[in-house]
Amino acid sequence: MTRHYSALSLFKEGLAGQKGWEKAWRSPEPKPRYDAIVIGGGGHGLATAYYLAKNHGVTNVALLEKGWIGGGNTGRNTTVVRSNYFYPESAAIYGLAHSLYKTLSKDLNYNVMFSARGILTLAHSEAAMETAARSVNAIQVNGIDCELFSVEDVRRVVPIYNFSPDARYPAYGGTWQPSGGTARHDAVAWGYARAASRLGVDIIQNCEITDFIIENGRCRGVVTSRGAIRAERTGMAVAGHSSVLAAKAGFRLPVNSYALQACVSEPVKPILDTVVISPDTGVYVSQSDKGELVIGGALDRIPSYGQRGNLPVLEGVIAGMLNMYPIFGQLKMMRQWAGIVDVVPDSSPIIGESPLPGLFLNCGWGTGGFKAIPAGGTLLAHLLATGGHHDISRPFDLDRFARGRLIDEAAGSGIAH
Amino acid sequence: MQLFPCPFCGPREESEFHYGGEAGNLRPDGGDVTAERWAGYLHMRDNPKGPTREIWVHLTCGEFFAMSRDSVNHKVSGSSVLGEAEHGA
Repeated sequence: MTRHYSALSLFKEGLAGQKGWEKAWRSPEPKPRYDAIVIGGGGHGLATAYYLAKNHGVTNVALLEKGWIGGGNTGRNTTVVRSNYFYPESAAIYGLAHSLYKTLSKDLNYNVMFSARGILTLAHSEAAMETAARSVNAIQVNGIDCELFSVEDVRRVVPIYNFSPDARYPAYGGTWQPSGGTARHDAVAWGYARAASRLGVDIIQNCEITDFIIENGRCRGVVTSRGAIRAERTGMAVAGHSSVLAAKAGFRLPVNSYALQACVSEPVKPILDTVVISPDTGVYVSQSDKGELVIGGALDRIPSYGQRGNLPVLEGVIAGMLNMYPIFGQLKMMRQWAGIVDVVPDSSPIIGESPLPGLFLNCGWGTGGFKAIPAGGTLLAHLLATGGHHDISRPFDLDRFARGRLIDEAAGSGIAH
Repeated sequence: MQLFPCPFCGPREESEFHYGGEAGNLRPDGGDVTAERWAGYLHMRDNPKGPTREIWVHLTCGEFFAMSRDSVNHKVSGSSVLGEAEHGA
């Protein structure tokens, strides 16, 4: 069986009729007991399982997914990877993720198609330019690459933008992170799954958590649709459904679940070779390697677990996009969808032990979870293996809400929620 | 565009409304409220999947009211003026 992916193995399999490929990951029956359980087969959960095995040598691990892996938000985002955040704590966590993304294809022996094509965040007024200058200063002090762009710079990087004098959203400039970019979202899930499975992790799909096993005030495992599974440490990375699991475990979280929509156009020839974000209109645009324009927008303003989204926000996103890029007016849209994101009051993640000892949290990424997958996995794996915080995750503990030490990236970085 | 029922104006487009929080989240009273209790009031949420009762404001008339809704299929089962349960009287 061919296990390693390379140009040579592709050539050999081509000669052998492609019959020797091993399945990318095993699908074993769940065992009654593991050293650790990870709930959630999205990017964060799969990365957690992989780093438990790789960084800590903990390979007797079950990854439990109620549907299929990568079928939630990991398969529903706009694939943007960046680390241009305002606060040092955020720069540390997103910077860790960004640095791991750069070498992820090699680490996993799976091409995640990370493309550092640069990210432009637009400023549409003089006041927004002043805020942009402040952000660039803070981001540079944090050690992250970032430049202030003038309108001439914007014209050079995005020539298709609407620079006409009567534009509804004129470009005054913006902030530019040259090392930001995109990665193939499904490949991130599949690559982590394959690498984790090869290190011994049991990936168990169609396995929904119905309850937690709680003994003497500690989480000792989970009851699932495929039987009870015990472990001394359990981690959960379930994004928009964090509150649902928290209720089963007997506590509440500072999370509101909202739908975040995205859509793609028909594929066209290369026209946009970077990622452009407009915080004022809430519109994200990039072009996939297949040629589709990938368009993301702001949150729906209605708490929701329905993975489809409402019309008013989609209308606003499309209207804003057409005003900024009139050339897209002839494009046909192919698909629209939504993912359920876990929005926290300070727009920063929650990582740490939950109020139920033995159960550890990785949630609260809101609209920005994809870019953080390698860091979320590294940090939750550290908690599960050692029982304590990594220095980078300590500020993101749930206790910050009672202590009042919020990391308010909504205000700091002008995130749309 | 979904229609939401304002108890004062009748059915109106969803874009005229703003979400105000979960119904029944009452502000702690008194001088010796713990940090955990304040955090609970300010930040912690039930965030239910399924039937939910919420405070909304109809921006065009400015009135707050309670709406019963399903957070999965978005069906609205009714709305009412705020009663004692929401005021904590």
